[in-house]
Amino acid sequence: MSPPSTSVEPAAGHGDHPRFLAHHFDTPGQQFSAGKLGMWIFLVTEILLFGGLFCWYAVYRSNHPEIFEYAHRYLDKTLGAINTLILITSSLTMAWGVRCAQLGQRRLLVLCLALTLAGGSGFLGIKYVEYRQKWREGLLWASRFNPKEPPPAAAPATPKARPGKPASAWPPGLTEKPQALAPAATPAQREPVPQHVGLFFSIYFMMTGLHGLHVIAGMTAIGWILVRSVKGHFGPQYFGPVDYVGLYWHLVDLVWIYLFPLLYLIH
Amino acid sequence: MSTDAPALEAQPPVHEHGPMGHVVSPAVLLAVFAVLVLLTLITVAAATPRLDFGPWNVWIALGIATIKASLVALYFMHLRYDNPFYGLLFVTAPLFLAVLLGLVLLDVSGYQGDIQTG
Repeated sequence: MSPPSTSVEPAAGHGDHPRFLAHHFDTPGQQFSAGKLGMWIFLVTEILLFGGLFCWYAVYRSNHPEIFEYAHRYLDKTLGAINTLILITSSLTMAWGVRCAQLGQRRLLVLCLALTLAGGSGFLGIKYVEYRQKWREGLLWASRFNPKEPPPAAAPATPKARPGKPASAWPPGLTEKPQALAPAATPAQREPVPQHVGLFFSIYFMMTGLHGLHVIAGMTAIGWILVRSVKGHFGPQYFGPVDYVGLYWHLVDLVWIYLFPLLYLIH
Repeated sequence: MSTDAPALEAQPPVHEHGPMGHVVSPAVLLAVFAVLVLLTLITVAAATPRLDFGPWNVWIALGIATIKASLVALYFMHLRYDNPFYGLLFVTAPLFLAVLLGLVLLDVSGYQGDIQTG
């Protein structure tokens, strides 16, 4: 019926089977490798999911660089950088949590997972502040892009930064007048507004929104792991779920590592 | 048959290389974290108007992001210590993404001139 098992049971008193070893696996190690392989395959599909959006980004940025250079100034670099640091820190606490699970350090594992959850919440909180500000200022996707104000001035003297081009030579596709500016704006403030700036915000909301959903999913999974670690389910012989959830959380971090410079740091 | 093999396995893998993966040391975790923070600050600093490398800006930013991503994958995600098969699997994703991106951009730039001259 069952293949000859080479696994060695843990301490006596636990029956003839480790508590969390599924019956179709011979050893905890085999169960762990199978789960890990499945997780990695899932992560590959996740990269391909985001890959479609990165492809969208690349096509539009290569065709309309002026939209990206203009519109990204509406984003708050500082908040983006803080969020990057928060996610990196939560990745550290998650990786440390996996270590704790491997070593059977239950209290430290609970602490690490709680800190990781706090990092995820902080990230989403800052994202909420950013979204709310965009919403209030009319910085939305496609045709819903109706800005109340022009973006903060780029660099001091942007045109001079491009020595090859005269300052007045904007690429084709630019309107001469900023449509959405208040009539009271002084001529000095006027700057040609590229057409279809809403495109940038379509991409911004789609990419950061999908990423935000992943943060929520990751936090849900970490919450599940946290409950189980409080119950003391994990130890050197069984820490697979902590490891898999950790891999997922690191992937969420990886995607943001690319989103941050591509959306916030264009110049 | 052999009676001592199970006895050897009976010890739980608390040492650095158990049968179920490598336990990354706190020193490595903290060092990787420090480098990640440093690279984040560098990538922000490189995006100030004073430092303008023209068309290279985006490639510098992507290069730094790729170094950061590799550090996360190698150490936080254990790829450096794990069965290389997981790493091979993981690398197929950016590889196929590069094929997709490369061909799409070639195609788009192929007829972009026809659209924009009108």
